[in-house]
Amino acid sequence: MSKENQQKIYISPNTPSPSRPVIIDTDICTGCNQCIEVCPRDIFMRSPVKGGPPQVVFPEECWYDGSCIFICPVEGAIKLNLPLMWRVPWKRKETGEHFWVNKNRD
Amino acid sequence: MSQTHLNLWGYPIRYGQEKEIVTDVLVLGGGIAGCWAAIAAAKKGAKVVILEVAATIRSGAGGPGCDHWSSAITNNPCCTLTAEEWTEALDRSSGGYTNSVAMYITAREGYDTLMELEQMGAKVRDTEDEFKGAEFRDEKTKLLFAYDYTNKHTIRVWGTTFKPVLYKECKRLGIKVYDRVMATSLLTEDGRPGSMVIGATGVDVRTGEFVIARAKSTICCLGNDGREWSFSTEASGFGMRSANTAGGSALAWRAGAEYTLMEGPARGSAMEISSGVGAGRHGNTWFACTLVDANGKEIPWKDRDGNILKTVAQRYRPAPGQKFFLPAHFHSTLYDYIEPSTYGVEEMVAKGELTLPIYADLTNMPEDERRVIWGVMVGEESRSKVTLKYYTEAGFDPTKDMLEGYQVRMSGGDMIAATGRRIGRMVRAGGLVVDWDLKTTLDGLYAAGNSLFAHGAHPEAAATGKYAGRKAAENALQMTEVLKTDREQVEVEKRRVYGPTQREQGIEWKEFNQGINKVMQFYCGDPKEEKVMKLGLQLLDDISEEMAVNSFAADPHKLSRTLEVMDILTFSKIIMHACLARKASSELLGFRRWDYPEIDPEEWHKFITIKEKDGEVEVGEIPIGFWGDVKEKYEANCGL
Repeated sequence: MSKENQQKIYISPNTPSPSRPVIIDTDICTGCNQCIEVCPRDIFMRSPVKGGPPQVVFPEECWYDGSCIFICPVEGAIKLNLPLMWRVPWKRKETGEHFWVNKNRD
Repeated sequence: MSQTHLNLWGYPIRYGQEKEIVTDVLVLGGGIAGCWAAIAAAKKGAKVVILEVAATIRSGAGGPGCDHWSSAITNNPCCTLTAEEWTEALDRSSGGYTNSVAMYITAREGYDTLMELEQMGAKVRDTEDEFKGAEFRDEKTKLLFAYDYTNKHTIRVWGTTFKPVLYKECKRLGIKVYDRVMATSLLTEDGRPGSMVIGATGVDVRTGEFVIARAKSTICCLGNDGREWSFSTEASGFGMRSANTAGGSALAWRAGAEYTLMEGPARGSAMEISSGVGAGRHGNTWFACTLVDANGKEIPWKDRDGNILKTVAQRYRPAPGQKFFLPAHFHSTLYDYIEPSTYGVEEMVAKGELTLPIYADLTNMPEDERRVIWGVMVGEESRSKVTLKYYTEAGFDPTKDMLEGYQVRMSGGDMIAATGRRIGRMVRAGGLVVDWDLKTTLDGLYAAGNSLFAHGAHPEAAATGKYAGRKAAENALQMTEVLKTDREQVEVEKRRVYGPTQREQGIEWKEFNQGINKVMQFYCGDPKEEKVMKLGLQLLDDISEEMAVNSFAADPHKLSRTLEVMDILTFSKIIMHACLARKASSELLGFRRWDYPEIDPEEWHKFITIKEKDGEVEVGEIPIGFWGDVKEKYEANCGL
């Protein structure tokens, strides 16, 4: 008989889908919260910790307008993560190779 | 993610608490139409309030940007057309199912509106000389033109600069902007539907606080309806189909306002996965990009006579003997106005002359066309600037790469995707009936932008917003007092609004939305039939009852989503009733019935109107062209 797996697994519901419309770099985010205030769908909530990065509470409601991206004063602190359904392939004319946006997820 | 629900809601909960606002002109919706309406009303001397569900600085369909400003006719120094012939072209192209009041106002005032926007700080011309010498640039004015370089009716603009300067102007003029407040109902003089509108109620989407806004004039700038036919966050959720509105103008229906053209076809195909704004195309934003097939074979562009256009330059010119063409969302299938395009694609694919998939090929375009399409059009169009950023970061290079194409136009206005799948056509939408004051059938209620029947796009929202704003202000300034609300009307609305917060569990908003979709797709899908639609109405009534007793919203945000779905339900019923009322099929409206197969018989060539009166749906009609002579009527009514 094999030993039980030591890894701890918790009960959790399905996450909404798409689940990660933006990726926040918590190392450089200053917690200014301008993204929260500009979001047309109000998908964010402030961090319970002052100066902490915003939480994405309603990820599947994102409109992918990018208002949060463009208002953020720190380049790269927040990035858009286009869901798979929105990624359109392109072809490099010379080589015929296909690419798409984007293996962006950390 | 599962940790989130363990933290308390981040805003104070204020369910049931009331905030009262009193003003001269109340603008519902702070999008493009709403901001222009508020600015115009304020400039007339009225006190103005905006209720906006999101953040006015970037809200609405036009919040993130705009790539081109069409209908720039009167006072445009480079345009060869008259406002009358432009409006007539749109009228004839729709077979009369158009809104010539809105279209003519825009043709007369759109260019001036753009100039006012520039004065506020927006960028509307090539001030940095990035396109010096381009065929689409007028050297004297530095204006860049799109589509038709002979007639120059559409200007390429840097629309990402627009909304923030409009918002700044609102603040400068002392307009009180209440962000994060969703309008939920109209208040009327004696508390009854059909009476004069004296304001609106709203709910704060973060705290759940109830807002009572009283005013002398109210302007509905709440955008158009949507999500009745399909909704899924995975497929065609907020991502694509919705123009970024909350409930649209549904509250006006509940107050007894009259609508028309609600029997027009579904917006988009049901449940299709949408590609987002980052796909290659050759229409609209991407006009007139070269298209190639999988083997790099160019798909020929043709003029209206089927002549192959040998150069790119020819795509931007009317055909021999044609004065001007109607492009993009005004796309016409009439011989007089039809645009150059890649007609006959379907036949070529069927014959094996073209191999799928199809790509938009910017690499071969003239350099300035490529830079203006990819950098300015795609860069400045609503929601596409961020696409441009990430495609570029992922390595997309328009000098080397070709994007797979969607929305390739075939003959007759229909479109297919790169992979050959038919994806439907663009048609006129239904909405509020208005007169030459842009007043609805309810006294005290004006309308602008996408809330109008057969609405246009960005310039129409701006121009009708401005016009309705000054009309609403004129009306308000004549009134001595703001009327008191009927307390019972407020109580009834509070019970409706807070219902979903009164229980611990129940059905949530997404399931309700999809339940509605099922009814619309199955019972109102084409071709339609009387008994089936009546059964559909019963099912929608069942959903209403279910929503009233079982809908559950755990927090103010979900509450606002639930209220949106209640508005979607209202619209679904309107659509079903309107479809029942039109007892003839129509090619012009894309409307098909099993039981009334005759296509566009003369006696049905009219606007069918619909409203709720004394608890019953009342159907009426108004003739095609009811607006009269556009020049005469405009000049008599515009108030300039």
